[in-house]
Amino acid sequence: MVGLVTAIILIPLIGAVAVCTWPPASAEATTGRLRNGRPIALLFNIISAGCAIALWRNFDATATGLQFVERHAWIPAINAEYLVGVDGLSLLLVLLTSLIIPFAFLAPPPPNGSRAFYATMLVMQSALYGTFTAQNFVLWFLFYEMSLIPGFLLIKIWGGGNRDRAATKFFLYTFLGSVAMLLSFLGIYLAKGTFDFSALARLGRSGLLEGNLAWLAFAGIFVGLAVKVPLFPFHTWLPDAYQTAPTGVSMVLTGLLSKMGVYGFVRLLLPLFPHEIKVIGPWLLTLVVCSIVFAPLAAWAQRDLKRMIAYLSINHLGYCMLGLFATAASPAVAASIDTHAALSGVFMQIFNHGVTAAMLFYFVGLLEHRRGLRGIDDFGGLMQRTPLLCGWMSVAMFSSLGLPGLNGFIGEFLIFKGSFAMAAVFTAIAVIGLLVTAIVFMRAMQCLFSGPLAESCSAFPDLLRNEKLVVVPVTLLMFAIGIAPQFIFNIFNTTVVHMARLLS
Amino acid sequence: MIAWTIYLTFGGAVLLLVLPREFARWIALLATISGLALGTLAFVGMPISNLAHFTTIVRVPWVPALGMNYHLALDGVSLTMVLVTGISAVSTVLFSWDVEYRQNEFFFWLLLVVGGCYGVFLSADLFLLFVFYELVIVPKYFLIAIFGSTNKEYGAMKLTLYSFFGGMFVFIGILVAYVSGGSLDLNQLSQFEFSPQLQSWAFPVLFFGFVVLAGIWPLHTWAPTGHAAAPTAGSMLLAGIVMKLGSYAALRVAMNLFPQGFQIWSKWIAVLAVIGIVYAAAVALRQRDLKFVIGYSSVSHMGFVLLGLATANVLGVSGAVLQMFSHGVIAALLFAVAGRMIYRRTHTRELDALSEMNLSHAMPFAAFTFVVAAAASMGIPGFSGFAAEITILIGAWKTYPVAVWIAGAGIVIVAAFTLRALKLSFFGGKDVQDEVTTATTFRREEFNPITIPEKIGACMLMLTTLAVGVYPKLLLDRIMPAVETMRFLK
Repeated sequence: MVGLVTAIILIPLIGAVAVCTWPPASAEATTGRLRNGRPIALLFNIISAGCAIALWRNFDATATGLQFVERHAWIPAINAEYLVGVDGLSLLLVLLTSLIIPFAFLAPPPPNGSRAFYATMLVMQSALYGTFTAQNFVLWFLFYEMSLIPGFLLIKIWGGGNRDRAATKFFLYTFLGSVAMLLSFLGIYLAKGTFDFSALARLGRSGLLEGNLAWLAFAGIFVGLAVKVPLFPFHTWLPDAYQTAPTGVSMVLTGLLSKMGVYGFVRLLLPLFPHEIKVIGPWLLTLVVCSIVFAPLAAWAQRDLKRMIAYLSINHLGYCMLGLFATAASPAVAASIDTHAALSGVFMQIFNHGVTAAMLFYFVGLLEHRRGLRGIDDFGGLMQRTPLLCGWMSVAMFSSLGLPGLNGFIGEFLIFKGSFAMAAVFTAIAVIGLLVTAIVFMRAMQCLFSGPLAESCSAFPDLLRNEKLVVVPVTLLMFAIGIAPQFIFNIFNTTVVHMARLLS
Repeated sequence: MIAWTIYLTFGGAVLLLVLPREFARWIALLATISGLALGTLAFVGMPISNLAHFTTIVRVPWVPALGMNYHLALDGVSLTMVLVTGISAVSTVLFSWDVEYRQNEFFFWLLLVVGGCYGVFLSADLFLLFVFYELVIVPKYFLIAIFGSTNKEYGAMKLTLYSFFGGMFVFIGILVAYVSGGSLDLNQLSQFEFSPQLQSWAFPVLFFGFVVLAGIWPLHTWAPTGHAAAPTAGSMLLAGIVMKLGSYAALRVAMNLFPQGFQIWSKWIAVLAVIGIVYAAAVALRQRDLKFVIGYSSVSHMGFVLLGLATANVLGVSGAVLQMFSHGVIAALLFAVAGRMIYRRTHTRELDALSEMNLSHAMPFAAFTFVVAAAASMGIPGFSGFAAEITILIGAWKTYPVAVWIAGAGIVIVAAFTLRALKLSFFGGKDVQDEVTTATTFRREEFNPITIPEKIGACMLMLTTLAVGVYPKLLLDRIMPAVETMRFLK
């Protein structure tokens, strides 16, 4: 009997096979192929989204620990089990994945997009579901790595200029990090004899390894995850990859793939190495603050809209890491209200950044689709020509810079509130990031929307119907979370309490 | 019953000599499929508990005066190797389906290699093992020298000389074992206590004699040249099975007979293995010929086998056996794409030339196959390579923690060169402008489409690596008990 979680992981894979093997509707080869992939892919997305919603409906928000657990022997020689299950955080990310991927499919497809494009994206989706639900390191690592090859291909085959370099950089950075992480985990396994996340988390409080070995393992896992998030100074692959990837892929990369790294920090590094993090906490926080402050400054200097949003992504994920490290590294016993606030903020930010950043990439994709270029100077005065597009896009921008009433505010506010009590200086410096982000967005809005209508933009169509299909629901969701965020909090409240207890 | 793998394969070879050429490939296919079927039957049918010991299946006196017997036996390790031989053999025949030149002879040599490999994996008599072992070398030479490409005489000669060079040491080692142990029976010999002095020098003679064939650094140089010169079928068999003969015999004979010698030398084996992993990967990074890239990648992967053997614990050695299986499948797949799908259609293996062609549009199936093979070769989880490497690394961590980190660096370099090969061969290395791409892109129609036998062969290999990668328990359940009973662990 296949459980619900396994079904969620398998459905996109079946979808990938279906997309590849479905005969083209008509004889005209290339156009028929292109048209054919998307409906099937979306159909499978709807099915998996249905499963995700079923998961949410049946999820007991008050219970601690994993739910919907499926456990089977897999590689007994190394104690690796097929163990999947969801807690609040996993469920949140599964829902986010089910939300973003269909919208990524609806984004303007790359010019040479074919059925293989949709199949590759579906494989990626399956890897994401697997990463967010696996509860055994080997299984988790399987899915974590499984996302690499599709990621590489998506950038390499369907990317824009400079795609070769970007794809290779993306792959090798991440692969290097993963190997370091894998080796570290082998060390931990030999010391403790288990790959089980919850068992390791229990053991982590008393220290998993001794002396230098502990630091080596910590460094390996830290680098592996920091590359994925990415954290300064491991971020250099990101602007290239995000810039080059086609719109849909950029949405998935920023909305979901980066969350793999954050998820890894929450699930692995923090519970497993509490002592190490406490010792070098200030240094980690320094890296985080660098990410938060430098990334928007770099964004300010960009002329390419995608690259600009890519740098801002680093900044937003920096807030997540700020909350996490502040919680884990706070030397004194922090008040539980602060840790709760910080962790809730982090989880909220994970979801919000996923939605908002993906949306921003979507809008840039729309602009690029219309204009053929995406430099900030290639547009001007769009407000006169395409008021709807500008209006909805401003909402996403305001959400991204953290305007109260929109979703971005909730997460950032909670993170700052919680972190300030635990790491006041670092948090105070990090506020600069907020300011610079605001400047970057304001400048972008000014260049794009106001001023005289640029010659080249005079023939732009406003939002089309199928574009509204994406924009309207997501924007409503942004408002909903911004005004009444309780329904999201309910998903992970118990997990936050549990995790705070684990970390204190 | 499993002994019939040998007879049927050799029988097929004899039939090839007498029947006309219309039947040649069908006979070859039939012989290899029956071998695979027998292996699969044994795999499914044999209770796992029977596979823990090297159990005799056939024993007929041969030269009683010298204690030689025709003695075959089976345990989990040899069954695994028989299985990979069957799989590689069938796919090799499928990928050689349209060989036109001296067809009968081609398949004749091919079946001899396969039969000899079955023989080595099943022999329980030292002399018999040696006979089969040497038997493989000759047909291999002809396969390369007659049917090969680029520099074939040189490649064939180098490979044969290296093999004989190793074989010479093996022969000395066997004589030593026979003279002091008084028997040629592997099971009896593995009970015999050789004196420590003897073990300390007899072990390296035997071990390094065998692992020449496994491509141990610095005796690996025959491998890339040989692989590149061989016809596709030859490369698939060479990398897929023949290299495993060396590591299998090293495990079965050298390590099992001389456990104390092994203990003395194991750290040096680990050192050579680790150097091999990193060095071969680094060299592969600079190769321009696709087959050379894959040839060096074989050396690198075999380094993992040797590292696993050197760990001298159950996990490491079982991982090594799993890696032998896994690499047999993956290397066959890589060579099939490079040699059959690409080379036969484009008539070049130069990565620079291939990168101009943007082959992923012209041959989507080949591109897909190569992506899967590359992923498996890099050790992406979900494919057999990962299952094997992680088992080896866990085993190695217990004995040589430093080696694990260096091997880890090796994995990254393997990923780097595999990625490079993948990029250049199928996805056009440089960022060509779209106008240029459409102009130079080879459209589907310009190449012959991938044939059905090629598709079947590729799918078979891909499914195997995937199945073992997702569920390695299938093989590990059979390998580990057999490894546990081996003497060098105690």
